[in-house]
Amino acid sequence: MVGHSPPPFFKRGPAPQLKLVFFALLSLVLLVSDLNLRYLEVFRQGLSIVAYPLQMAAATPADFVRNASTYFASLVQLQVENKELKTQQLKVSERLLRADQIEQENRNLRSLLQVRDLQPVKSVLAEIMYSAKDPFSRKVILDKGSQAGIEPGLVVVDAKGVIGQVTRVFPMQAELTLLTDKDQAIPVMIVRTGQRAVLFGAGDGLLELRYLAANADIQPGDQVVTSGLDGVYQAGLPVATVVKVERDQAQAFARIPCLPVAGIEQFSHVLVLRHRENLAPRPPEPEPLAKPGKGRKAKAAPKE
Amino acid sequence: MQPTHSSRRILLPVKMWFVYLTLCLALFFNYIPTGHLPGVPDMVALVLAFWAVREPLKVGTGTGFIFGLLTDVGVGAAMGQHAFAYVLLAYAANELSRRVLWFPPVEQALHVLPLLFLNQVVMVLVMLLAGVSFPGWWMFFGCFLAALLWIPLHYLLLLPQYQPVERDENRPI
Repeated sequence: MVGHSPPPFFKRGPAPQLKLVFFALLSLVLLVSDLNLRYLEVFRQGLSIVAYPLQMAAATPADFVRNASTYFASLVQLQVENKELKTQQLKVSERLLRADQIEQENRNLRSLLQVRDLQPVKSVLAEIMYSAKDPFSRKVILDKGSQAGIEPGLVVVDAKGVIGQVTRVFPMQAELTLLTDKDQAIPVMIVRTGQRAVLFGAGDGLLELRYLAANADIQPGDQVVTSGLDGVYQAGLPVATVVKVERDQAQAFARIPCLPVAGIEQFSHVLVLRHRENLAPRPPEPEPLAKPGKGRKAKAAPKE
Repeated sequence: MQPTHSSRRILLPVKMWFVYLTLCLALFFNYIPTGHLPGVPDMVALVLAFWAVREPLKVGTGTGFIFGLLTDVGVGAAMGQHAFAYVLLAYAANELSRRVLWFPPVEQALHVLPLLFLNQVVMVLVMLLAGVSFPGWWMFFGCFLAALLWIPLHYLLLLPQYQPVERDENRPI
């Protein structure tokens, strides 16, 4: 019986093993391309349109719990908080008055020296709705999105210092990657010495100053602020304090854990700074050195 | 089909819209922002395992892949992280289906527990290979609660398929 096909009730599509291999490979490809190449943002946006209504509905219980806890806050607690806020506001307003004057003076001096004006920083007030459920990362969701003018890459601060950076933006929400997320980097400066360094998230609620020589001048208690070298983070925002310095003879670099200054991983209101410095254009790539003895390659190398 | 292969009750055939509805409800549960609260069961994995065991011809790796991607998008995970784990879970559940269905619900839950545990292990292994730090042992607690939930789920999800027991004294069988 050549060419005899099985009756339709035996048709089950491709073999399960084949489907397993196909879908497993497909998801691995997606995983690698999402983690390393970041090509999938469009695809994710598309899928999030499907997921968004469900997500909104699911966030309602969390909202309810959050609102209920503020509703039942005691009168005494509120009075204490109110008093604190009032004294704080008095202090701040005094400094603000002086700051206004200093800013005016600064502008005048800058115009005298003909230095480029500092760009004014605009900010958007947002509220942290909840922390993302993914156990592998430290991310929180803000209640403002691209409709409020939030873009990926913007810096988020609270009253005390930097919290993190906006990494994904949806129309009504934005995803904020906290500084404590593993390998989240921020260019910083140590206030006491003026030394520049890069601060990395350690993943366990702490930060880590990496690539500082074992004999670098750094002490526990040193304040770390942003250096503003990258043009993303504004210079001078407080970031962390050095907890301890572990110097190991066997290693070239010291291990320096730092504690974030801001109330990272606490639910509160935050400011999204809409500040982008116009960086100078990238310097041209240096001419590759022609290697002697390999004439063919050396000719092919400079392609402009 | 019967509730278990050793049962004498005959069930109505499953309605696919009900399968997808329950999967969507599980997705809704997974989207509830519980943060890093330990012991929250992964409901999509559980419901997916349930239908993959019950209906191996209709629910399999493809369904696992799609609902994995939706979970990834919703919880802000890397794309494909849950999808990969769910594809393996659905395949394993399909393969185990013929054995598992001979057991009563409690023993079925014992069979499903290692599957759900391996689901988490696969996810952690893949993410560790991708260079993410280990989040802590708390993330394995959820699968024990999920396995316990299998027992009520076994009655709840089969509810639309039960038909009234009709006793007719005059019928020979």
